Amino acid sequence: MTTQRAARALHPMAWWLWALALAAAASRTLNPLLLGALIGVAALVVAARRTEAPWAASFRAFLILGTVVLGVRLVFEALFGAPIPGTTLFTLPELTLPEWMAGVRLGGDVTVEALVAAFYSGLQLVAILACVGAANALANPTRLLKSVPGALYEVGVAVVVALTLIPSALTHLQLIREARRLRGQPSRGIASVARTATAVLAGALERSLALAAAMDSRGFGRLRPLPAGERRVTAALTLSGLVALLVGGYALLDASTSPLAAAALLALGATLALTGLHRANRRAVRTVYRPDPWRWPETVTAASGSITVAVYTVAAVVMPATMLPTTSPLAWPALPLVPLLATLLAAAPALAAPPVPSTSGAGTSYPVQPPASDEHLPEPSKAVAA
Amino acid sequence: MIRFEAVTLTYPDASAPALRDVSLHIPEGELALVVGRTGSGKSSLLRAVNGLAPTFTGGTLDGRVTVNGRDTRDHPPRELADVVGVVMQDPRNGFVTELVEDEIAYGMESLGLAPEVMRRRVEESLDLLGLNDVRQRPLRTLSGGQQQRAAIAAVLAQHPRVLLLDEPTSALDPAAAEEVLAALQRLVHDLGLTVLMAEHRLERVVQFADRIVHVHGDGHVTDGLPVQVMADAPVAPPVVELGRWARWEPLPLTVRDARRFAGPLRATLSALPASPAPAVTSASPVSATVAELRKARVQYGSHVALNEVDLQLRTGEIVAVMGRNGAGKSTLLRSLVGLTDATAGQVRVGGRDPVLLAGRDLTSAVGMVPQDPGDLLWNESVRQECEESVDPDEAKRLFDDLAPGVDPSMHPRDLSEGQRLALALAVVLSAGAPLLLLDEPTRGLDYPTKHRLVGLLRRRAASGGTIVVATHDVELAADLATRTVVIAEGDIVTDGPTRDVVTASPQFAPQVAKVLAPVPMLTVADVLAALPEAL
Repeated sequence: MTTQRAARALHPMAWWLWALALAAAASRTLNPLLLGALIGVAALVVAARRTEAPWAASFRAFLILGTVVLGVRLVFEALFGAPIPGTTLFTLPELTLPEWMAGVRLGGDVTVEALVAAFYSGLQLVAILACVGAANALANPTRLLKSVPGALYEVGVAVVVALTLIPSALTHLQLIREARRLRGQPSRGIASVARTATAVLAGALERSLALAAAMDSRGFGRLRPLPAGERRVTAALTLSGLVALLVGGYALLDASTSPLAAAALLALGATLALTGLHRANRRAVRTVYRPDPWRWPETVTAASGSITVAVYTVAAVVMPATMLPTTSPLAWPALPLVPLLATLLAAAPALAAPPVPSTSGAGTSYPVQPPASDEHLPEPSKAVAA
Repeated sequence: MIRFEAVTLTYPDASAPALRDVSLHIPEGELALVVGRTGSGKSSLLRAVNGLAPTFTGGTLDGRVTVNGRDTRDHPPRELADVVGVVMQDPRNGFVTELVEDEIAYGMESLGLAPEVMRRRVEESLDLLGLNDVRQRPLRTLSGGQQQRAAIAAVLAQHPRVLLLDEPTSALDPAAAEEVLAALQRLVHDLGLTVLMAEHRLERVVQFADRIVHVHGDGHVTDGLPVQVMADAPVAPPVVELGRWARWEPLPLTVRDARRFAGPLRATLSALPASPAPAVTSASPVSATVAELRKARVQYGSHVALNEVDLQLRTGEIVAVMGRNGAGKSTLLRSLVGLTDATAGQVRVGGRDPVLLAGRDLTSAVGMVPQDPGDLLWNESVRQECEESVDPDEAKRLFDDLAPGVDPSMHPRDLSEGQRLALALAVVLSAGAPLLLLDEPTRGLDYPTKHRLVGLLRRRAASGGTIVVATHDVELAADLATRTVVIAEGDIVTDGPTRDVVTASPQFAPQVAKVLAPVPMLTVADVLAALPEAL
């Protein structure tokens, strides 16, 4: 990057496409090296392109959650896991369970093989959580709402209003705490919480009603009249499209289904749903103020994620032994070159995405690309980043 | 433009209709002012115009309301959004988005305007209401006045033909209020906007009105030209009261008009031997200190809200704290009651740090009524609120005194603004603390309630209490306060007897002082005291 680029926020949809693609890629492998690389890539991009907004701190929270999940997974494996023969690491006292609970094991031998297998599948969850966390940290939720198609806008608003209910209830709680202090009543403790809970809830509901009235009087939900027959066709198209998308998504994540069938279902679902949405959009009158543009950085971001998931999906079929390394007998997993390169390609947004707008005014360029990732960056993304 | 035909509006469970047989016509391009006692139904009248009542409030509406020819029965509020813009009393409840700029664009997005049009109108609205510096700020971080302006900007950007405003200047300092009103007047004059505005502070708005709509307590509505209605309306700004008392014809509505009549009165007053001592004089310096701030500094992050403030409050004083929106008035009050801890320096109330006080120790030392008195009330009924205060009998007596005739089983939420303030005040006063703090107490109060409040506070001060009132209401400060403190940017810039402070500054001068300058009289009561025999 030789010239300074104008700071702007990347289209939130691009971040979500990228992150979901990486999560889908993570679901195709149990190879700890690839999973580690995926987590690393997500962390790198978050470090490079997150803002100072409150939601940007969520990546760390997701990582902590992932670590907890991994820990729980290991402990459960040791306590309840089905026995896998191999090198016994230690033996837990085994509980003899009554006859009718045959098949459930408590305690007993804990083998290295069992723990490693649990670690692999736990790490996969960590990687998926890290990808979702990255999307949360990088994409502004209210701006995401702006790019929701007009026909789905009401649903999106309901979600956003529900989300603002919590912070506003917290503000109200703070006010009531202060009020209790002013009136010389205990402001902490269970009795006080019980006394104030109804007031907080009533206040939150009242504000929601006032908000609904304000939104309505400002024209929220204005529709263009359309004939009923056309509305029914639109609803049928959208609904069947969403069902196909759901089934296709499940098939993609389920390693036992043919990826080709999954892809076909996804394509069909997307076509149906998009047609439905497009028709529904004719009813909505909404326009968008200063919409986020979709330019080449958005395309690069979405494409880098898509290429990664495509490579992983193919690799899972072509070289299952490397993508799903065996743990019994225990062997050091191999590092497949092509999927690794594809993973590193997914780091492209760290360079390709425009610098984030700075709220403090300092630092418009982001000197955060470690040289290592720069060197390993494959050719295509270097070309677009330059 | 707005037409009411025999409209009767009854809320569910109400014993009497809020509006009774209202017939009213407001032609295009008029600025109509809705006046009436607290709780008389002004807000209901406004809500009925675009159908928010009864759509969102429940109840039944008989008769017909049409706006720009559209019947509100056939058009829900959203279908009227391109014609009617509404700014309700508490702007915080109406914000849909997070940032100022997005909020202004929101309504236009709903109307489906072209992006270029939206961009242009957002810039225009930002300029019109002076919000360009905060365009990317989250709405909840703005001061009350900025929020009010953002709410008005958001509605104006939709270019409605009719604008409904409920108490648009009640949260604004005098300068900001003048700006907003000037902007509105420009829209009325240049674009033919029709405005229906409910406002208690008539002194600020009556000169802009083309018509006054008077909502009587029983739900009847009459309307007429400002001069006619003001001649015998029970609510009137000081300049009108002075004009009525002096029998000036035609009745002056503005300071300018009144000054042209006031020559003889000024001469009579300045010919008096010596200006008589006003009813309330500043406390003598020997009286005891109740509370003080010593080099107190309050900082929120990097924002300095109070900057090394020194202030002493003495027995029997009524201190008005004035200043711009966001100048640090509320912070001063909050630090005196221990809700905000001073970053540096000392705050002492009765010799102790209020932050460390709790329970009875706190309530017997200092009491505060916050900006929104509803924040202080969390029970289900007026009776319960009284019973939960420090001295239930005293609270009940005080409440009946301030707001007579309220059913004690009513929910505090259903009280009018003035009655809610009365209840919060009764609850706080019943604790008997020597120091009483009031944050913007006259927001939404009509003149009679204000008079009762002033009487109560004066009696309190006369019996040894100390009262601090943070307010934008110059008439209240002139009427009530013995001492006025002006805060700007966290510093105390003026501190002195009210009479000297308010007459020295055109921004803080009450209407009577402006009319009679250079005679130093602040209120109609001052004039009456000086000239007991009418002219």
